[in-house]
Amino acid sequence: MTTINQYGGQTLNHHILSVLVQNRPGVLARVAGLFARRGYNIFSLAVAPAEDEGMSRITIVVDVESTPLEQITKQLFKLIDVVKISELDPRRSVERELLIATVKAPDEQRAKVVELVNIFEGKIIAVAESVLTVSLEGHPDKLDDFEDLLDGYGIVELQRTGRVALPKLDRGARLRAVNQTPTPNTGKAG
Amino acid sequence: MAERITGAEALIRALEHEDVELIFGYPGGCILPAYDPLMDSSIRHILVRHEQGAGHMAEGYAHVSGKPGVAMVTSGPAATNLVTPLMDAYMDSVPMVAITGQVATNAIGTDAFQECDTVGITRSCTKHNELVMSADDIPMAVRQAFHIATTGRPGPTLIDVPKDCLQNEMEWYWPTDQEVLDSLPGYRPNVKGHPRMIKEAARVIMGSERPIIYAGGGILKSRAAEALRELAELIDSYVVTTLMARGAFPDNHPLCLGMPGMHGNATAVTAMQKADLLITLGARFDDRITGKVDAFAPEAKIIHVDIDPAEQGKVRRPDVPIVGDAKYVIEEIISEIKAMIAAGTVQADTSAWKSKVSGWREQFPMTYEQSEPGAALKPQYCIEELNRLAKPHTIVASGVGQHQMYTSQFFEFDEPYTWVNSGGLGTMGFSIPAAIGAKAAKPECDVWAVDGDGCFQMTAQELVTSTVEGLPIKVALLNNSYLGMVRQWQEMFYDERYSEVYLNAKVPDFVMWAESMGCVGILVESPEEVGPAIEKANSITDRSVVIEFRTDASELVFPMVPAGASNDELILHPTQQDRAEALK
Repeated sequence: MTTINQYGGQTLNHHILSVLVQNRPGVLARVAGLFARRGYNIFSLAVAPAEDEGMSRITIVVDVESTPLEQITKQLFKLIDVVKISELDPRRSVERELLIATVKAPDEQRAKVVELVNIFEGKIIAVAESVLTVSLEGHPDKLDDFEDLLDGYGIVELQRTGRVALPKLDRGARLRAVNQTPTPNTGKAG
Repeated sequence: MAERITGAEALIRALEHEDVELIFGYPGGCILPAYDPLMDSSIRHILVRHEQGAGHMAEGYAHVSGKPGVAMVTSGPAATNLVTPLMDAYMDSVPMVAITGQVATNAIGTDAFQECDTVGITRSCTKHNELVMSADDIPMAVRQAFHIATTGRPGPTLIDVPKDCLQNEMEWYWPTDQEVLDSLPGYRPNVKGHPRMIKEAARVIMGSERPIIYAGGGILKSRAAEALRELAELIDSYVVTTLMARGAFPDNHPLCLGMPGMHGNATAVTAMQKADLLITLGARFDDRITGKVDAFAPEAKIIHVDIDPAEQGKVRRPDVPIVGDAKYVIEEIISEIKAMIAAGTVQADTSAWKSKVSGWREQFPMTYEQSEPGAALKPQYCIEELNRLAKPHTIVASGVGQHQMYTSQFFEFDEPYTWVNSGGLGTMGFSIPAAIGAKAAKPECDVWAVDGDGCFQMTAQELVTSTVEGLPIKVALLNNSYLGMVRQWQEMFYDERYSEVYLNAKVPDFVMWAESMGCVGILVESPEEVGPAIEKANSITDRSVVIEFRTDASELVFPMVPAGASNDELILHPTQQDRAEALK
């Protein structure tokens, strides 16, 4: 948990890959297996069906301290089921993540927890005698802050989805997403 | 009106449509339905003695024919026995299609008898694999498997077919090329190199004073041997041929330097080190070639032609990366250079470099010391004799170890597709089944398997297959009673502490073993027996022959670059050590 928090704030050493794949059995295992086999680190990963029928989009946040991103994308693109890879620059993309957490909320601190959730514009989704389950959707950095503050009250359980991302709707990001489609013959040195 | 047939019939018919002439396989429970229509098929089935043998035979067949080898086995243990050949084929980019039986779809995941997660197990050792879930999907799965195995960077594919999919009926159809492409939107190998990069490559080549062509296995995969020769002669550049590329450029050509790398010859290794340009064609900067990467060819610019974009910059950052088919790209580079010459460009002067390299070649030929009378045979001598007496177009397969290096060093490969070996994975036991597969592809050629006693004991049972199926090969068994290469490392790097490398000189009796499998067995212990024994083997065409050469266990493979060391730290043969300065 702490490791993830430490990492979460650092945007420099991770990159977001938005990978469009054919939605076929085992495709996630192929992607995950490739990372494991080649020794690349996945920071987070989210998968769901994409806009095209038969396709899914996998948003992978990769730790690029150890391996050049270019080698990762090239190896990924060798997977037959991978149709398109877009590298999303965090500054030129919109990112969202969902967090749900059950946090200790005995009578004396319940009001404070509720106030914190309100400040972050989160939601309280379940209430029990001495705990609350809360949710927050937003930019991963905001979730990091929220998580840190919740931790002060005692987190019982926590689950984050991993981030999903799309290019920002400005011209630059759109072009970049198109250009990053690994037509392997860009002449760019490896 | 569409014809209704079983999935098994569809599978065999699909293989016929893919022009499969041979299947190497072994039946069993789950694949059983497919073996029934096979009886009525034009496809010949070779019944192996172990599924690993089927895989290596398929590889050997593919190596020499250029066509995808096909192996068909049942589920569970048969599928796991295929893992080694699949990985071997993946490492060496060998086109191969494996078909495995699987338990019925409703039994998948229940730990049924002979069930294993074949696609899971083989995911990282195939270019692609697929679990078929309906009889209807079989023709498309077969078409995809052959398309993927044979295009782009070739490699092994696997189709896992549950038993009920083989038994159920389907409406026969054969997908069109366009349907296959549409079904694989993420797979579009790039064949043509980028024109700007091809121009740049030509410019860099014309300006180089110390070029070396670094030819890898991709030359053979793209059928580019002729184009390579034309390029080398056009720019008058020396060529090194890696272990995977032996024969891609003729050893008897004046521009051929032979094999570079850990056990490459001193000239090939040093020429790469001192070059100002490596024209890398279908090679991947394997660690056995580069030695210590940081110290590899420090002054060289790199032109890297490879059909796999992920090879660009994986090990060494290229100055001129070209993603494309080697044959196509080489031909384009040739036209570009010819156009430059026609326009008046003059190639840089390479004469000083050429005379330097030819000087090394004179001073550092491959060498060994002939054995004393009465002493054990020198393995190199056996290979030299094998080479001297070989009929034209002889194909040589080898296992992995010292004997493999001796064969690559001392056998003269003048034709492409005459050398079959396990380079990337280094699979002991490869040679006998691979040689049988090669013989099946080219029955008109002599096929020699050069093997060690360690390798032989891993896959020798396939000699039974060779006898029964009428695919006679010849085995040169270099028996030094040791795991020779491991012993060599223990001698050189572990203070001569020989841990678990002695295999025993008394058992097995290889001649008896060979004869029990229907082969002719010959024991050779002295140099004067070597030639006659090989001649006898060459004259026997109706049966496999095993010649056991009793060789010197203390012999070492030289030259050698110790693992992890720089290629500048090449250890020469002891008789050449005094000249080492000449390579500086």
